[in-house]
Order: sequence, then C-alpha cells, then structure tokens
Amino acid sequence: MKVPFNGAIDCDLHPAMPRAPDLLPYLNEYWRDQFVNRHIDKYSFVLTSYPPNSPLSGRPDWRAPSGLPGGDLDMLRRQALEPFGTRLAICNPLHGAVALFNEDMAAALCAAINDWVARELLDREPRLRASILVPPHNPELALNEIERVATDRRFVQVLLFAMGDMLLGRRLYWPIYAAAEKLGLTIGVHAGSTYRFAPTASGWPAHRVEDYVAQSTAFEGQLLSFLAEGVFQKFPALKIVLIESGFTWLPQLMWRTTKTWRGVRPEVPWIDRPPADIIRDHVHLTLQPVDAPASDPRALARTLEHIGSDRMLLFSTDYPHWHFDGEDVLPEGLSDEAVRRIMVDNPLAAYPRLREAPAIGAQAAPNEETVR
Amino acid sequence: MNVTVREAAAKTTPSRLRDKGAASRPAIVDCDIHPAYRAPTELFPFLSARWREHMATFGEHLRHGLSGQLPYPRMMAAGMRVDAFPEEGPPGSDLALMQRQHLDPNGVERGMLMPLSKAGMEERNLEFAAALASAVNEWQLEAWISKEPRLRGGIVVPQEDAAFAVSEIERRAPDPAFVQILLSPRTSDPLGHRRYWPIFAAAERANRPIGLHVQGYSGGHPSTPAGWPTYYMQEHYAMTSGMQTTLMSLVFEGVFERFPALKVVLIEGGFAWAPAFCWRMDKHWERMRKETPQVKRPPSEYVRRNVWFTTQPIEEPETPRHLGDIIDWIGWDRLLFSTDYPHWDFDDPRYAFKFTVDDDKRRMIFRDNAKALYGLG
Repeated sequence: MKVPFNGAIDCDLHPAMPRAPDLLPYLNEYWRDQFVNRHIDKYSFVLTSYPPNSPLSGRPDWRAPSGLPGGDLDMLRRQALEPFGTRLAICNPLHGAVALFNEDMAAALCAAINDWVARELLDREPRLRASILVPPHNPELALNEIERVATDRRFVQVLLFAMGDMLLGRRLYWPIYAAAEKLGLTIGVHAGSTYRFAPTASGWPAHRVEDYVAQSTAFEGQLLSFLAEGVFQKFPALKIVLIESGFTWLPQLMWRTTKTWRGVRPEVPWIDRPPADIIRDHVHLTLQPVDAPASDPRALARTLEHIGSDRMLLFSTDYPHWHFDGEDVLPEGLSDEAVRRIMVDNPLAAYPRLREAPAIGAQAAPNEETVR
Repeated sequence: MNVTVREAAAKTTPSRLRDKGAASRPAIVDCDIHPAYRAPTELFPFLSARWREHMATFGEHLRHGLSGQLPYPRMMAAGMRVDAFPEEGPPGSDLALMQRQHLDPNGVERGMLMPLSKAGMEERNLEFAAALASAVNEWQLEAWISKEPRLRGGIVVPQEDAAFAVSEIERRAPDPAFVQILLSPRTSDPLGHRRYWPIFAAAERANRPIGLHVQGYSGGHPSTPAGWPTYYMQEHYAMTSGMQTTLMSLVFEGVFERFPALKVVLIEGGFAWAPAFCWRMDKHWERMRKETPQVKRPPSEYVRRNVWFTTQPIEEPETPRHLGDIIDWIGWDRLLFSTDYPHWDFDDPRYAFKFTVDDDKRRMIFRDNAKALYGLG
C-alpha cells in the first residue's frame, strides 16, 4: 500500500557514492599523492555486496540513463522523497572504503566521504540526514572519526556492516558504543560484507543471490553477539538498528534465544531478563525488504503478532535498491496505528538526533508517549 | 543410581502429575538418538591395524584449536543429561540404560541412531575419515541394531570424499537396518556444490534420505559470517543459521531440480526459521532469477517437496500457540519428533509441545511422518 500521510521518516536511503577523483579535494596532501600516484583514484570502490548493475542494486525505473543508481540528487528528491511524503531521510553510504585492509587509508577515505556527504548532500537537501562511515576494523580510528563528525548534528548514526572482521558485540568495539551513547548516535548495522569470512558456515556460495539471502543469518549472529556479550547492560541507552535484511526472521530468534538462555544463564550472568525483552527495548529493524509473501497478507500480520511489539520497525525505502514497485512501499495488512508508528514514532524513538529536527505537521505528529 | 532417584521421585509426585507409564501413551519414533562409545577403542575391532595405530598415535585431526575437547564448553556435564551417565563410560554408551531410561518409558517404537563422535565427518585426513566412517557403520550394526531391534542406523559418510561416500552408500544400502545417509552440514564448500552431487545421486538411487545433523566445525569456516562467537549461547544458536544457509545452497545450486526425488532431513537445526527463510529466498530469487536459471520454481516449493525437519530443541514462543502458525506454514507432514537423548537439551515427548495439538497431528509428528519418510514397518 501507499504511504497515507506526509511526514515519513525514511531510515535507509542510498545516494550513490562519489567517484574517487571527486574525493581528492577531501583528502590531505599525502593521501592525494597516494591516490594519484598509485592510480587508486581510478578504482571504483564498489562493494562486492552491491554490484551496481544487479537488479537488487537499482530499481529499473529509478535508474538514470547514465551514472550510478541514486547518483542524481534531483532524481532522488523526485523518486525517493516526494512520493512518500518524506520529511527526513537517513543516507547510508555504501562505499568500499570499509573493505580496504589498510586501516589508515580506510580511515582517510571514510573521513573524505563523510565530508563529501555533508557538503554535497546534507547542505543541498535539508530533508537528508546521514550515517557516519567509519573504518570498522580499527575501533580507535573509528572513534576518532565519530568524534570529529558528531559535532554536525545532521549525522545521526554510526554505520557498521553485518559481515566484517569480528562479531560486533566484542569488547574491542565497546569504545564505539560508549561514544555513540554519549553523543546521542544510534548504531546502525547494515547488510553487506567485507568478505573477511565466507558468507556461510559452510563456505562460499556460488551466487550473489545467496550472499544476499545469507545476510539475515549474519544479523542473527550479530544480534546474539550484542546480547551475549552484554552490550545492552553496559550501554543501557544504546539503540541498535538492523538495516536492510528483513525482520520476519526475528520471532524465531527471540523464541529460541530466550529458551536457550534459561539453560545457559550461568555462562552469561549479566543477562538478567529474557533476551526477547532486551531485544524489544534496544533493537529496531528497517522495513525493506519485506520478506513475506505478498500474496498472503495474513502471514505478515501473524508474524508481526509473533514479534510482539509495534515499536521495532522503522520505515525505509532502501532507495534505489529494488524491493517493491510503484509507490507501494508498505506491505498490506498494517493497521493505521502500526503505520504511524513505523513511519514516524519508531524512527524518532530509535534516533535521538532526529528529534532535534524542526517541528512537523500536525497530521503526523508523534505520539509523545511512544517517543521516550 | 539414577533409576533409584527417578523411582523415589515417582513415589512422592502427586498422582495427577505422575507418569502414567509407557503402556498408556502412543508409540513414537525418535529421530535423533546419540549412541556413544565407552572408549574410542570400542571402534578398534572395525579398524585395520594401520588405522588403529594411527588413531592411537595421531588421533583425529580437525579444524579447530583444541584437541579432544569442545572449544565451547557446554553448560552441564559436557552437554549431557546428568541422569544419563551409566556406571562406566559416557551417556549413550550403555544400551541397557538407554532402554530403561528412554526407549521403554517413552514408548519409542523406532529410534534413529546419530553417531557423531569419531565418525570421520570432520576428519581432515580423508583416508582416515573413510576408515572411521566404515568402522562406525559396522559398529552401529554390531553394538546397537543387532541387540536392539527398535534402533535404526544411518550410513555415515565423510562428505568431503564423494567417491568413497558413494561406495559406502552402495555397500550399505541393501541392509534395511540403515534408513538414511548421514553427513555433516558444515561442509568445506556449501553443500549444493557439484563436488557433493555424486552423494545425492547415490542417495536417490538407494532411496534413502540424507540426514544433516548439526555438528562441530567440519569445514573450518566460522560459525557466523562475521567470525567466531564468544559464548556457547551464541554457538548453540549459530547451528541454526548454518542450517539455513546449507538449505539455501541446496536450493540455489539446483540440487532439487537435478535430483527431484532427493529427500533431506534437517536434524536438530530448528524449524521455526523455515517459513521466514523461505519467504526471503522466494523474494530475492524472484528479483535475481536471471542469475540462477537452474532454479525453476520458487525456493519454498522445493523445501515443501524435498525437506523434513526434526523438532528438538523445539522453539518455545512466549505465546505457545504461535508455534502452530509456524507448523501450519511448514506443513504438519514435514516435522519429525526427536529427543536428542542423552544430550542436555533433550525434549521430553510429554512436554515438548506446549500448546494443544489435536490427536491426528500429534500422530503425524510423533510417528507417522517418520514411518512414511524412512519406510519403517
């Protein structure tokens, strides 16, 4: 179904990343030399997880005659913001910097991209917000970048990826979470792999569609990691958003984990209440892709009942990725109340910094009670 | 001693809660029972001198960092029911105790043996793996099935050596004591890859299902795509993630197109994930169809046609009847009851289902589905 009112908050939008030469002005002299002399500026920095010509990476009617999907800001306004009455949209930069092994080069590129995003996107379109791209394999450098960029309140989230060097609950990463909690930034874990490991526990699949499908299993591993390591006890105000890998897999995870926890509590004594309750309090998931049968809206309705909370889902188009056609971004079978929570209330609850945006129209005013 | 405790408990239990005894309960088929050796030397009669010496001198050579122990220590008694230890040897090594504690009181009409340890599925030395697999198959017959007619075996094959696996399947297939083929879902390459296809062809010819029981670290890949977990709590969950991607590989490589009569049983890998995972596969298969023309129908159709699931450890929703929705979506004819005896997370047939299941459906899950799938008389 279509979005029924104005004021939506789109929590996953992908403007195309700049080509490397466009980033040169944002690099210091050393890195400019490196890029030019080593011809690094001729690389595409396309992530293997998002090949630009793949059907998943660009909806056919959202592709420009030339250039990358999501590469034209006017098109983005016309296609991603206006049709859905979007008031705010969070840009998640999918750039190959995070897959480099050279941590310093990765950090320099991430900083260049963040500065480019501020200048070329946020300055030019006031409805846009952004996530901070960081070198995830070096928490110290990541922390520096977070602290450098966070003074710009339009950056609302730290972006990490579902398949990286290590499971994200590990204590090595905790300085990032401490900073995020302190600075009012949300931790976003987005689909995608740096391919440090095979995408499955039994090795490397042959097909790209398998890599994509397997993302949800990476999210399962990440959620268990955050939970088991005690991240939510250590950082009680931390919000985590799981981006672009569905949500219908969540109920069985909560069921299984809560049952297992009863048997393994002495191993993780800091988990002092049922994991399902902890997950509902700390975790959000973006809407698209909706991995449920379009032909049977009751299946989705049952699944939402199984999730047991209407506070978790966040509206997303995942523009320009192709998960739905026309303007039917919302699945059938959602109540008016659920739609409003997904479109407005839940995003405001998940992203403290979004609450700083100018007041919005009465039609889609948030329910104060739900936005804590 | 455990029996004494049990009997004492029965005397003090209020009558309405007291076990009414096997005679008053319907017979079941238990699709996951773990037999164990008293000591690894129990395999020696089935190994040649060359491999006996190898086992004693070098032992198993696996893909993880601790030898002869679990890298994720279990929560109690090495992952066993504490009441399942016999006078000597590990749980599952004493047939008389298994009969007294499980087969008799739980009304087990048929039990599927699932030998995991030292069966060759994880062994890096493929010649040793072959010797172990043959030995374990012989041992199942001699130590278990010949002594207890309710038990049935699985033809254990080392999945990384397809040629040997095929010969072992062909050698054992005439024996009706072996009702399925067992290999590890934690393969070196995803299970749908062509190097494993001879095994599927042999399974189809032998008319035996492939049983995939969750287990260790056969292929050496981390149990999550973002590396190794820290705690057993995570590792326990990761087994089900691995089961999902193993199923994904079989579907997207076109295994069920090429081998339409192949039957696959996912053992101890959960089942509540299956509907959502099928929805996800269907959705993205449709979008990416051109990449995998070998997959001619929506993935969920192959799963509905070719795949079965065992129940233990059964998922427990906060609202128990929600599990009924899941089974409606999977199909009540696709679930096979299992206990995982003698492991710590054993599901008791009396209490596994925490919502009302009508008698017809109960009969299917507890008995008839398995009898039909495995051709049990």
